[in-house]
Amino acid sequence: MITGMAVNAAVAIAEKRAQRAGSSVYAGRARVMIERAVYAAKSSNWLVIVSGFVEPVLYLMAFGYGIGQLIGNVTDGNGDPVTYAAFIAPALLATSAMNGAIYDATWNVFFKMHFGKVYQMVLSSSLGPLDVALGEIAWALLRGAAYSVGFMAIAAPLGLITSWWGVLAIPAATLIAFGFASFGMAVTSYMKSFQQMQWVSFALLPMFLFSGTFFPVSVYPEWIQAIVMALPLWQGVELIRAFTLGNISIALLGHIAYFVVMIAIGLVFTTKRLRELFMR
Amino acid sequence: MSQSKEREVVIRAKDLKKTYKDFVAVNGINFQVYRGESFGLLGPNGAGKSTTMKMISSVSQRSSGELEILGKEPNTQGPEIRAHLGVVPQKDLLDRELKVWENLMVYGRYFGLSRKWLKGKIEELLDFAQLQDKRNAKADDLSGGMQRRLAIARGLVNEPEILLLDEPTTGLDPQARHILWDRLFRLKEQGVTLVITTHYMDEAEQLCDRLIVMDKGEIMAEGSPAELIKKYSSKEVVEVRFGADRNESVAKELEGMGDRIEVLPDRILIYAEQGEPLLAKIIESGKNPITSLVRRSSLEDVFLRLTGRTLVD
Amino acid sequence: MTDLRFAPGKVVDPKRAVKFGAWRVAEYRFYSMSKWMGAIFAFGLGNPILYLISVGLGIGALVDANTGGQGILGVSYLQFVAPALLASAAIQGVMDEVTFPTMDGFVWDKLFFAINATSVSARQIADGVMIVALGRGLFTCLLYLGVLLAFGAVPFSSVLGLIASSMLAAWGWAAVMLAITARLERDEGYFAIIGRFVIAPMFLFSGTFYPLEQMPIYLQPLGWLSPLWHATELGRNLSYGMEIEPSMFWTHIGYLALLGVIGMAFTYPKFAERLSR
Repeated sequence: MITGMAVNAAVAIAEKRAQRAGSSVYAGRARVMIERAVYAAKSSNWLVIVSGFVEPVLYLMAFGYGIGQLIGNVTDGNGDPVTYAAFIAPALLATSAMNGAIYDATWNVFFKMHFGKVYQMVLSSSLGPLDVALGEIAWALLRGAAYSVGFMAIAAPLGLITSWWGVLAIPAATLIAFGFASFGMAVTSYMKSFQQMQWVSFALLPMFLFSGTFFPVSVYPEWIQAIVMALPLWQGVELIRAFTLGNISIALLGHIAYFVVMIAIGLVFTTKRLRELFMR
Repeated sequence: MSQSKEREVVIRAKDLKKTYKDFVAVNGINFQVYRGESFGLLGPNGAGKSTTMKMISSVSQRSSGELEILGKEPNTQGPEIRAHLGVVPQKDLLDRELKVWENLMVYGRYFGLSRKWLKGKIEELLDFAQLQDKRNAKADDLSGGMQRRLAIARGLVNEPEILLLDEPTTGLDPQARHILWDRLFRLKEQGVTLVITTHYMDEAEQLCDRLIVMDKGEIMAEGSPAELIKKYSSKEVVEVRFGADRNESVAKELEGMGDRIEVLPDRILIYAEQGEPLLAKIIESGKNPITSLVRRSSLEDVFLRLTGRTLVD
Repeated sequence: MTDLRFAPGKVVDPKRAVKFGAWRVAEYRFYSMSKWMGAIFAFGLGNPILYLISVGLGIGALVDANTGGQGILGVSYLQFVAPALLASAAIQGVMDEVTFPTMDGFVWDKLFFAINATSVSARQIADGVMIVALGRGLFTCLLYLGVLLAFGAVPFSSVLGLIASSMLAAWGWAAVMLAITARLERDEGYFAIIGRFVIAPMFLFSGTFYPLEQMPIYLQPLGWLSPLWHATELGRNLSYGMEIEPSMFWTHIGYLALLGVIGMAFTYPKFAERLSR
């Protein structure tokens, strides 16, 4: 009796939702994708999932302390000297947010689209393409946020976070990951072959190396600086570095706005593309 | 073929045994395959067919017993034997990154064949497999039937003496199956010895001159399809249904009719030389079946009788 | 339809077929590879250029400024990292070519089983994979050296020595990875694990970016195990004459060769075992 009522209520809600404008794109059930991801994660190798923050920590040790001894101090955005380790720590956090998001939203999505055929199956249920996009991205962000916490838990005791503003580095890293995930997923949905995907990864390398990650962009001529500053990783590095070093200014809003726009563009194109691919 | 002269044996297995750790996959089997014949290995999943195939294809070493292929010893002369074998594995194992003709070229090169010779051969094979239109398609983009034909063409690139086919038509539609059967017949006419595993009985009846039925690593029966049907079944079968709740009780009353009666949950099978008169007799006796069918006995009946009806996996 | 002309068992000469199997396997891999020559070329050239500009020149500017133009041990930072980057590129190059094809061969597409159904033996397949990996490594190495020379990071006279030391390390490492990859029954995030726990630490803690002696003493054994460190020491000696004792010179060579021999010794039986199941 009660179950009967519950079923009726559920059906009524589902019908109402189905009549809402845009329900063919978004059924409001993106979290089902997260549930699926949790099941899949359970049966995959836990070491892979848990160790996601290992790489930036290794880079921090090698570059921050190893090369740091050779370099001494560098100057931050305000012209104050900071240790080399404190200079690159926020950059490594931003980079790992990017890499994690890119991995989840590109390679992972690419395999699911072309080999696993997971989306085809999902979209034949009542879920829409935006549910898929949001669900996949949300999962990537959950993991990314956990890794950020892990990284901060190592960097803070080492004295690399010099300001309480540093707490905001975690949501900032998540925002950056969101930007890369939604944009990356949009790009991935246009890729057809493995080789094209390799080019995408390759395109990320210069961004990693030149976005003020390992040395200040001021070493470049003006015009190269302008190009670097237009790239998302530089925006992210600057945002997190400002928080961990406590250099708060109005300019941070600009970085945040950059990622909001990036997220919006990514979501629009991903949704459009998933519709074209699977719902013709 | 009733040739009086001794037929040449190309595969000879004696007490052939294969164990994996403590599991016995093939338990001391004996058989011979003659040149130019088409030889079938039948059996349910896990019967040891594929293991036997792997030993014949000279990649898997036997645990004990004797095995001779084309007069050679597979344990020590594997590569030389394989030079004259064609293998069509169950999963086609095509190189999905390569185009159709590239798959054939590359495979031919493994046998040390020259590019020039292969170019001509590949044209023939593409014709044979009806893949000329798809020569420049990637193997990954072919339909299941085309992939299987490509795998067969690939297995023929070295003009093998023996072609080994592991469940060649599993997953194919009826058209594709018939095309394949036709191709295999042509190969036989060219003198190729075929060794086929299958669990499709109609396929075995169509293709095999002689076959063995395996179960749990042992040979249950050997002979031509007709011989096996004669020996292990009767000519015809009457299938009658009285409803799931009545089959058991009615079956008791039918005892003594035909050569043998088998009661299944959904129907009763009565094996007999002549089906129609028997069915008439049943109806006359006032037992009105819901449905009835008289058919010729098939290899499937033999198979189920020998290997049982319980699910294996 | 033309009929199939068929002479069963006549066209293949078994004597000929069993020879050079490894090269036929290599031929097929090179053929597959040639299809994305553009990408291999671009990655091979792009990687060193990007690393040299960012690490060699960018970080180098900071290091050289801090050390008052002294650099490390009397050479510029660029000259210091160049041999390490070269060896690391060679190692990475062969690494990709032994791991992915081997997973493909045994686990994903199972192509090795198809190859082994011909007259090619298990050992020849392993050798074929290795030949291709070394070919790819050498190619990467040559491109990298070209860039290093253009940046003036290594002297021309050291080119042959650097190729030899880098390729020796690449072979040693490839053999070990081949032996390990051949043992994997499933994927299960293996590449992520190896990347995080083996490749990244090796790249970062082998005295690549700063002298190994600068690491805490308890971390230095990591470097001693790493083929990259041995190749880097050899490379620095050959390139700008960093002093090492003759006994160490031969120890480095011996260690790398030993890795290769042990790796292959564990590879061959595993290939044979897996293919004969």
